[in-house]
Amino acid sequence: MSSKVVDCRGLACPHPVINTKNALEEAGAETVVIIVDNDTARQNVTLFARNAGYEVTEEKEDGTYRLIIRKPGKAGEKEKQKDTAPSPVNETVYFITTNVLGQGSPDLGQVLIKSFFISIAAINPPPAALLFLNTGVFLTCEGSPVLEHLEKLQAAGTVIMSCGTCLEYYHIKEKLKVGKISNMMEIISWLLGPHRPITIA
Amino acid sequence: MSQVLRHLPLPQDPRLMVGLNTADDAAVYRLNDEQALIQTVDFFTPMVDNPYLFGQIAAANALSDIYAMGGKPLLALNIVCFPDCLSPNVLQEILRGGADKVLEAGGIVAGGHSVRDDEPKYGLAVTGLAPPGRIITNATARPGDLLVLTKPLGSGIIITGCKAGLVSGRAAQEAFAAMSSLNKEASAAMLRYNANACTDITGFGLLGHATEMALASRVSLEIEFASLPFLPETAEMARMGLIPGGAYDNKTHLEDKIALERKLKPEELMTMFDPQTSGGLLVSIPPAGAEKMISDLTSRGISGAVIGRVKPSGEKIITVV
Repeated sequence: MSSKVVDCRGLACPHPVINTKNALEEAGAETVVIIVDNDTARQNVTLFARNAGYEVTEEKEDGTYRLIIRKPGKAGEKEKQKDTAPSPVNETVYFITTNVLGQGSPDLGQVLIKSFFISIAAINPPPAALLFLNTGVFLTCEGSPVLEHLEKLQAAGTVIMSCGTCLEYYHIKEKLKVGKISNMMEIISWLLGPHRPITIA
Repeated sequence: MSQVLRHLPLPQDPRLMVGLNTADDAAVYRLNDEQALIQTVDFFTPMVDNPYLFGQIAAANALSDIYAMGGKPLLALNIVCFPDCLSPNVLQEILRGGADKVLEAGGIVAGGHSVRDDEPKYGLAVTGLAPPGRIITNATARPGDLLVLTKPLGSGIIITGCKAGLVSGRAAQEAFAAMSSLNKEASAAMLRYNANACTDITGFGLLGHATEMALASRVSLEIEFASLPFLPETAEMARMGLIPGGAYDNKTHLEDKIALERKLKPEELMTMFDPQTSGGLLVSIPPAGAEKMISDLTSRGISGAVIGRVKPSGEKIITVV
């Protein structure tokens, strides 16, 4: 299991939180370990990570704290979904690397991608996850023709993730409207199973 | 601080009306039957980049101790620490901000003292006046009173969020406006409607200063979380863990005095411990006066909200409902 370590010793508030935020948004690691040496940083980083949907465990060693931050385990997540979203979740994961569907006329491609998401949103149970990469990230941002369908899917329990590197490359990180920012490691972990991946390229 | 102060001899002069014993921030000295002198000093390190704004906030904060006791500021002396490496223009702007606020308060900046230091610090020693019979302390809250707060909370959290670059320009402006505004009108209104007690909300946060008031007045206070006014984006910043260390210190010191009768998220709880920079007045006032005071303040464009009530002394000093 890969992990990234960020040493925040000697840093005053709010820097440990900013460094944690950056590490979680950018890291390709499954786990981020934040090392802090004061109680304010310990509590603030924990608060930040828990409220951003991560699990935090803490190890104390001579005046420093190692905060181990990871996304919730699959088992835990399923249990949680049982509580909040009773509807069954499909075992399909869509890996979407384009904002138009198929090669040919871009106009047609846009019409098709829209109709694609309308159709997916109508299927019950909804897919487990939609993973957006490259120009695919335009679909989760402001101005996307399919935002309302993605929101509907998210409400139905579908996990929606956009590649952080891609959002940054196209300078649209601030325009993200639906789902979470993710990284390659997390995207690959979805593709590796147990779900059935379908690629839209 | 009280740990350090208890080793000093307690002043015994009967003319000293308010001194160290009730944790009021200003001292009050009776001059004669008509006049009592109110003396206070406060200074701190910059919390904003703009030196003029810093000067205004530091002055509003120093003047606030006079207002909390129902007094009028007369004279102010600058207290300055300033490094050689910064341009004198910066210092000039800080002092201009302070002077403008003292002028707005109707007082006079009559001098001051400066010291070379690695980090800038600024504040004022302020002298005010009030009739001895109309001095308002934090020690006279009465069961049945309502608690009125005259500025929104969250300035410590917003300052931390600004340092992280995550507060919107609009929310930051609103916070700066609140911090740099005088408690002058709030003080006049509480006097007009016969408030029983008052304190200003600063470094110990809402619950810290409320605890001081309750202890000094030998009462218990009930704070209604849902009624608390907050600066815009305070909740978002708190949720992201942008909470100053002082808030955690306040929580550690106060926790055993507070009963929570309402389920709060950890970050919601912390907002009540957030140290305030130049916060509002917390006024204990009978219900009829509270209503008039708030509508009076509202008509002058100042926020005022009933955030709780005073109860007879109970098991816990503060109950959050």
